[in-house]
Amino acid sequence: MGMTMVEKILARATGQKSVRAGEVVEPKVSLAMSHENAALVINQFLEIYKDTGLQPKVWDPDKIAIILDHRVPAESSKTATNQKKIREFVAAQKIKKFHDIRGDEGGICHQILPENGYVLPGTVVVGTDSHTTSHGALGAFSFGIGATEMASVWALGRAVNVEVPRTIKVVARGRFPRYVLPKDFILYLIGKITAEGANFKVLEYHGPAIEKMPTSGRLTICNMSVEAGATSGIVPPDKETLRYLKEEAKVKGKIEVFGPDPDAEYDQVMEIDVSELEPMVACPHTVDNVKPVSQVGKVRVDQIVIGSCTNGRLDDLAVAARILKGKKIARGVRMLVFPASFRIYQQALKLGYIADLVKAGAVVMNPGCGCCLGVHQGALGDGEVALSTTNRNFKGRMGNPKADVYLCSPAVAAASALTGYITDPRKGGK
Amino acid sequence: MARVVLKLGDDVSTDIIYPGRYMATVLPTETPQYAFADFPEFNARLKNGEIPAGSVVVAGKNFGCGSSREQAASTLKGHELVIVAKNFARIFLQNAINLGLKVVVCPEIEAEEGDELEILPDKIVNKTSGKEFRVEPLPAARQAIIDAGGLVPYTRQRLLEKAASRKKS
Repeated sequence: MGMTMVEKILARATGQKSVRAGEVVEPKVSLAMSHENAALVINQFLEIYKDTGLQPKVWDPDKIAIILDHRVPAESSKTATNQKKIREFVAAQKIKKFHDIRGDEGGICHQILPENGYVLPGTVVVGTDSHTTSHGALGAFSFGIGATEMASVWALGRAVNVEVPRTIKVVARGRFPRYVLPKDFILYLIGKITAEGANFKVLEYHGPAIEKMPTSGRLTICNMSVEAGATSGIVPPDKETLRYLKEEAKVKGKIEVFGPDPDAEYDQVMEIDVSELEPMVACPHTVDNVKPVSQVGKVRVDQIVIGSCTNGRLDDLAVAARILKGKKIARGVRMLVFPASFRIYQQALKLGYIADLVKAGAVVMNPGCGCCLGVHQGALGDGEVALSTTNRNFKGRMGNPKADVYLCSPAVAAASALTGYITDPRKGGK
Repeated sequence: MARVVLKLGDDVSTDIIYPGRYMATVLPTETPQYAFADFPEFNARLKNGEIPAGSVVVAGKNFGCGSSREQAASTLKGHELVIVAKNFARIFLQNAINLGLKVVVCPEIEAEEGDELEILPDKIVNKTSGKEFRVEPLPAARQAIIDAGGLVPYTRQRLLEKAASRKKS
């Protein structure tokens, strides 16, 4: 019996011929990513070395990436001090993959990693962020861990006591209808699997609809795989992966690619025909509370958010700009746009998307996570409703437990900005 | 014997346990003040020391889903609460074990606030209702960390072993 994508990656990372779901392994880590919570990782890292007589030194400074994105620029003196501590640690440990608050190279970690070529297919990536699942889009086994676990990785260079996960194979066929996007596909899938249905498992994506999907869309579906409980999402690397890595991420040299074995053993196989999908909406307060937009009813919206690590890429901004160009956002609606990185911000400037969005009435913010998790910018008032392209709608998300968050694609968000209520982009605004 | 002090449903996210707006606070010594901050009454009882160590929070499926924030585990550990749930989200469960927070997987648990529970390795006895519920073992992969008393001492031990073997050779 053959191996799944993740079994193959873990066999490679442990120097074994094969591994099987359920085995406990200690894979070598190729990339270890943190953001502002590096402040806690540093604290735990120093705690590990306490009273050992050993000099605290990270195992490999070239394999650590730190990106400031959660509260940028700092919203409080406390955050600013944490960020300062991180800069000092980065300098002392000679960590080079550090992205500070800068308009030339800053952004959200789950865009910075792919666009800089830090993630390669077939490798093990860990991050102190649950949406580290994103990087499965490039064929890596990439999963979220806590801060103490990251401190352990910084010390040992391995993820300790990893149980090889079982895998659900998802086969997507058909063509996406107009204004049905990768976000609608993943929301539909989460609705089907439920928020805990893929707990401790991997979602491995296959089929013609995935093969035709650009890396931006694959990042969206892998990003949100964690909302079905999955340890990771993964797309076996293909031509598109190589195109992205060489052309957009400027990776030099040979890139090794491999897929799962044809006779790999899967926990379950799910088939989805994307040509039958509609634009989807996740209703409050769980991500698996998913309905087709036609069944949501008339829901008035106070704030629209487009962007984030889920849907802040150039393709996402292009869809929104196309819908909003030359039009005006409805009175009484605030629209915030968070490009996923400054590279994307600059590309969107060049292509005129930013101008289209701003002229329509949107406020374009700097790349960052603050609004999505309710720590910085764009908080909601009591009883207010947000419609957002981000990835979570839990109670208290966006900073107010007395507010409602709905999740959708950039097309639904833009169409709804024109009308002021949740709107099907296929019918258009007004 | 331990008393149930809070009963929750399915899919309790880390945003409920430790709201995102307090995430600038990271140190385990400082996070306990914000435990369940959006339940002001319960949070006040915790802060006023009205809830004894070892008290139990009972929850449904997928406790700790969402963000990987370790504050969600350290904030509960700070009050020495015991979490009994039908099952847990992966990252939260790992964080809990890494920090030594006591978590119990009990797929059929039935208990109400005020009930007295006896938590044994293989079962929970609800002394108030008289019913017993089986307990599932924690992932075997994590036993070494539990035995070491958490991931910090575990990794420290591994580092020292590595240093000692380097010295020998």
